Parts: sequence; C-alpha cells; structure tokens
Amino acid sequence: MSEFLINSWGWPPFYAHACAAFVAVVLILHVIAVGAMFFIWLERKVAGRIQDRLGPTRVGGKFGWLQTLADGIKLIAKEDLMPADADGMLFRVAPYIAFCASFSSFIALPFATGWVGLDINVAVFFVVAILGLEVFGVILAGYASASKWSLFGAMREAAQVVSYEVPLGLCIVIPVTIAGTMDLTKISNLQAGWFTNWYIFHDPFTFLTSFVFFSCALASVNRAPFDLAEAESELVAGFHTEYSGLRWSFFFMAEYGSMFLVSALGVILFLGGWNGPIPLGQFVFGAHAAELSGLAFFLVNLLGLANFMFKVVLGVTLMIWIRWTLPRLRIDQVITTCWKYFTPIAAVMFIGVISWQLLGLPSGGDLLPLHVDGRPRLSGDVREQHLKGAVLPQGSADRHSAARRALEGNLVRVGGGH
Amino acid sequence: MESINGHTLLFLLFGALTCFFALAVVFSANIVRMAFYLILALAATAGLHFLAGADFVGAMQLVLYVGGTLVVLVFGVMLTAQSPFVSLRTAGGDWVLAALIGGTLLVILLPVAFQVGLPPTTTDGAFTDETGGERITSSVPVTVPTATRIGLGFLGVPGDDFSGYLLPFEIISIHLLVVLVGAAYLARAKRRTTVKNSDVSGGS
Amino acid sequence: MIHFLSQPVGLTHYLVVGAVMFVAGLVCMATKRNALGVLMGIELVLNGANLNFVAFGSGFLIRNPAYQLGLDGQIISLFVIVLAAAEAAIALAIVLNFYNNHSTVDVDRADELKG
Repeated sequence: MSEFLINSWGWPPFYAHACAAFVAVVLILHVIAVGAMFFIWLERKVAGRIQDRLGPTRVGGKFGWLQTLADGIKLIAKEDLMPADADGMLFRVAPYIAFCASFSSFIALPFATGWVGLDINVAVFFVVAILGLEVFGVILAGYASASKWSLFGAMREAAQVVSYEVPLGLCIVIPVTIAGTMDLTKISNLQAGWFTNWYIFHDPFTFLTSFVFFSCALASVNRAPFDLAEAESELVAGFHTEYSGLRWSFFFMAEYGSMFLVSALGVILFLGGWNGPIPLGQFVFGAHAAELSGLAFFLVNLLGLANFMFKVVLGVTLMIWIRWTLPRLRIDQVITTCWKYFTPIAAVMFIGVISWQLLGLPSGGDLLPLHVDGRPRLSGDVREQHLKGAVLPQGSADRHSAARRALEGNLVRVGGGH
Repeated sequence: MESINGHTLLFLLFGALTCFFALAVVFSANIVRMAFYLILALAATAGLHFLAGADFVGAMQLVLYVGGTLVVLVFGVMLTAQSPFVSLRTAGGDWVLAALIGGTLLVILLPVAFQVGLPPTTTDGAFTDETGGERITSSVPVTVPTATRIGLGFLGVPGDDFSGYLLPFEIISIHLLVVLVGAAYLARAKRRTTVKNSDVSGGS
Repeated sequence: MIHFLSQPVGLTHYLVVGAVMFVAGLVCMATKRNALGVLMGIELVLNGANLNFVAFGSGFLIRNPAYQLGLDGQIISLFVIVLAAAEAAIALAIVLNFYNNHSTVDVDRADELKG
C-alpha cells in the first residue's frame, strides 16, 4: 500500500509509510476488538451448552448477539475503583501493558500470503517474544493491587509463564527446523497443497508435538486448566481481583487476543496456515497464491483468509471447550506437568523430528503429492527452491518488485497493498 | 520542506524512551517501579536493535532478556518486597560521589561517541545521497536476514563478514548448564538447613 | 526540528544512547542499597555495551564494510545476553539466600567478612 501511495499518488515516503502503518494498525485493532466481542459471546454460548443451559438469549435477537456489546457499555459506565494502598501508577498502567503486548504480537502475524502488518524474517520468534511480555501486565497488576490474592496470582503467573516458555519454544522450533525458516509466511506457504502437507501430518513426532504445543499454548495464555493466576476458587479472582470497569476489560481483551494469537500460531505452524485441506486455488488457477497476481491473487488470498480464520476460531473454540470441561490443576501440578512431562516430551519429539529428516524418511506430504505444471510440489529440490524464494516469491513480489527496488529498505514495510 | 526520515523518527522515539527509562531506574527509589522502568528500558533497547537491522538479536533480547531474565528478576523483587526494603534511601554523599563518577564517565564517553560515530561521508558512498528528497529510502540499506548467518556462525561456519564461534558456543552451553545446577543448588541447600533448624527447635 | 528528523541515523546516535545507558547503570550500581537494584544496574550496563556491539556491526549505520564489525557484533551481543541471563540467575539465588539468612536485601548490611 505504501508503494502504491508513493508511486501512483506521489506521496512523500514518510507520510505514505505512516498512512499505511495506520491502516494496518486499525485493521489489527479491529481483529482484536471484534474478535474479543465474538469470542466472549462464543464462550458464553459454549459454556451454556456444556452446562445444559442456553447462554445469552435476549440482547440482540435470538442468539444474544449483542450481549458482549451490552456488557461493554456496562463496563465503560462502571465506576473505576482503585484500592487505597495500591501503587497508583503501576495499577493504572498494568492493563495497558497486557493489552499492548497482546496487540503488538499481531504486527508480525500474517493472515494470508502478503497480508501481514510487518513481514519480518524472524516472525515466529518475534510473536513468541512479544506474547511473553504479557506476563508483566499480570505481575504488575497483581503487585500494584496491594491485595494478597492478587499477589499470589501474580507469583503463580510468573512461575508458570517462565516455565512454560521452555516447552513452548521447543515445540515451535520443530516446525521451524522442518521449514528451514522462521518467516511465518514462508512456513505457511511451504505447507501448500493437500492437507497431508500440513506439518501436523509430516511425521508421527510432529503429530504428537502439535498436541504438546496446544497444551503449552493454553498454559502460556493462562487459560483453564492452567488459569492459576485467576483461580476463583481460592484467589477470589487472582490478579484482577481489584480491577473493575474499563481496565478490567482490557485484561479480557488481552486474554482473548492472546488466545487468538496462539491459536493462529498453531494453525500456521502445524495446520497449514491459510492453505485449505484441498488445494482449490491451485486447481482453479494452476498456481499458488504467491505466484498469482491481480484478481486471482486477491480471490485466492480471500479464500486463504477464510480458511485461516476458520481454523483459528476452531482452535479458540477448542480452548473454550477445554475450559468448561476440565477442572483446574494445582500450581504444583502445573509446574510438574511442565518440567517433568512437557519439556522431556518436547525434547524427545525434537530429536525424533530431526532424526526423521536426517534419515530421509517419507513425510506426510509424499502421500498425496500435488502436480502442477508437471512438477511435484514440496519434495526434494523444489523445496530447496522454495526456501530460496525461487518458486514461491515472498509476498506478491512480482507486482511490486519495481516499487520495492525503488524503495529499498524502508523499515515500515506494510504488507497488503490492495 | 525536507522529508522526514521515518527511520530517524523511530530511532529518536526508541532512543528517548531507552534513555528516559534508564534514568528513571536510577532516580526511582521504589524497587518495584525500578523493575518496571527497567523492563521498559530494555524493551525499548530491543526496538533499537530492530532499527539497527539486528532483528534476531532484537527478538532474542525480548525473549531472553525481557521475557526471561527480567521475569526472574521481578520474581526476586516480589519475594523480597517487604515494606522496609521497597524503598531504601541512599545517603546524600553516595549520590554526590556516584554523580561525580557518572558525570565524568559521560564526559569522557560522549566526545568519543561523536568522534567515532561520525559517518564517513563523501568518499565511500555512505551517506552521500544528498541529491533528492528520497533519503529515507536510500540512506538505509535493505533488511538482510541475519538469523541464518548467525546460526552458521554458532555452528562454526565462518562467513564473509563473521567468523566461526563453535567453541565459545559450546563453552557457553556448558556454562549455562553449570549455572543452572549452581542456582538450583544454592536455592535448595538453604531450604534443608532451615528445615533442620526448625526441626531442632520444634523438638526441644 | 524537521532538519533534525531528516538526518539519517548514524553510529553516533547509537553510541550516545549506549553511553547514557552505561552511565545510568553505573550510577545505579553505585547508589542503590537494595541488592536487586544493584543487579538492575548491571543489566543496564550490559545493555549499553550490547547496544554498542550491535551498532558497530550494523550495516544500517556504517555502510562501509571496512569500518564495520560485521555480524560478529551481533553474535557477541547474543553471548552477552545469554551470559546476562546466567548472571541474573546466580545473582538472584545469592540474593535470596542472603535474604533468607539475614532477612534483608540491603547490601550495606552484608559486612560480615569485614576485618
């Protein structure tokens, strides 16, 4: 988009980049805000069904669509309380830290080929890094509330998140070693083709790894059964005991944002990202989205976006389902699960996947190879070319290559451009 | 009107944040707030790393430093944040001495920074693009992916602008292992003695 | 101001920020009485040095390869980050031990070995 503004309308580069960045930010904000609204409604509905109730039914028609909005208005109108002993500055700033961390990691998250806020080379790493900062919001909130329940919640959160980053990192490294890149767009595009190309079906080890990843992701975003930081049964409401009104809702937005994010990460790393189970776009247009341009690119990407969103929402629904099904663990059980089970399992899986690659055993993608233009996709030498960007150029490089050359190295490279 | 350089604008933003919060760490008396300012300062430093083209180091800074080390540090702060220790006042004499030393060091460092850092202008084509208003695009090179080459460096495969670091890498892995065992031992030995003491006192 | 903003970022910018961080860390180490405050000072000093390493190795700031540290700068800064993590773990274990034995984290009270 910034290229378009500069080349067609003759904007100065800085304003073009700033404008493009602003558009991306607004879009991402909407993903989080609307996503949170939808997921909170979904959570209530699912919880209701699981507990043999109906969930919200009144506000906004038959299914209670507008229940979240009504609650949002209620939260805004609520009185904003702060305990007298609280550390005022930290108490005020903590929800924003949690929200900012959750929001910032969306910057590097691609939603379809080239549709990404900032296309960076170490995207996986970046997303996990920023997501890990969310813990500070919780810790500071817990400390600043000057309440022992909050402090207990914060301490639990700190111990839990630091521990679970280890197996989570190990699980993330596994698809990265298979793909040979940390670029989320490339990782996802490498799984194009039939669903057997998805990394979850790459070999038995990745299949198991994806479940470990999902569990660790649950723990790292503080969802039940790992939501020790806000255990109602023993800690009142944990770290957000003293929060009310809009600030409290920021914590919730952050939580649902992170759920969406880890779900999206899992989808990209294991479930093929925006590639559907059947390579429809490749049948119709004869090429992957990254090789297309114009309207075909847009249509395929739109289909990819729908795929991606569907899978991500499925992941979030699974998280909600687990929350309302499983009881909460104790803190010692949580830490034990991490260090005695998840970390060794993830390490063994890592060794297994590497050995699988080393021995050249067949991967799932070999079961249903897809031939386009007479050449099999994603096997052997073609894969090498993928990595070099020869077959699947980064983003929509063809259309923009001239503009890119003119614009070498701008830092605010906002993807999309449509 | 001269065009604004987006890179410079972002640098000034992150640089100012880094300096401000680094100084806030010094001048804050409350230990928890110090930890908070330190988190922000180091996160802003990660932003500076990204702006310098070191994306892997920047992400590493966020994961290891801010997400790992500082969480552990905050953990320690909270374990010891009893009211007498939350804000320990420093004597005035210490401040004067420290300000003297720090000021002297700053006076030494800043001229050196300006001497060393002056861009080698005209001849080598570094910052010579004075012709058009397009400096934002041309004064900053393309982002070169660093992760692969850093990985090769750690595996001991030297490249054209870096050497192999296999031995230091192995040494540091062993070092980390030793440190982890040592930290676990330090944390554990203490607990045994306290248990023993309480047993003795409880028995008698 | 606009002129200031249109200048490209050079090595000097980074060195100045690094120097400020370094000095802030030094003053922090010298003035804080809380052991964890001293630890924070060390982290600041390490980060100031780290920033310089990255700056010297950055192709963004020094275009001439003859003056550049290359990727070595980034690799060294990675070593520094890992070592800082190790150092923080050990220092924290020591501080907590001290706190358990003396019920204080004031470094001025750690004077048992004074002759």
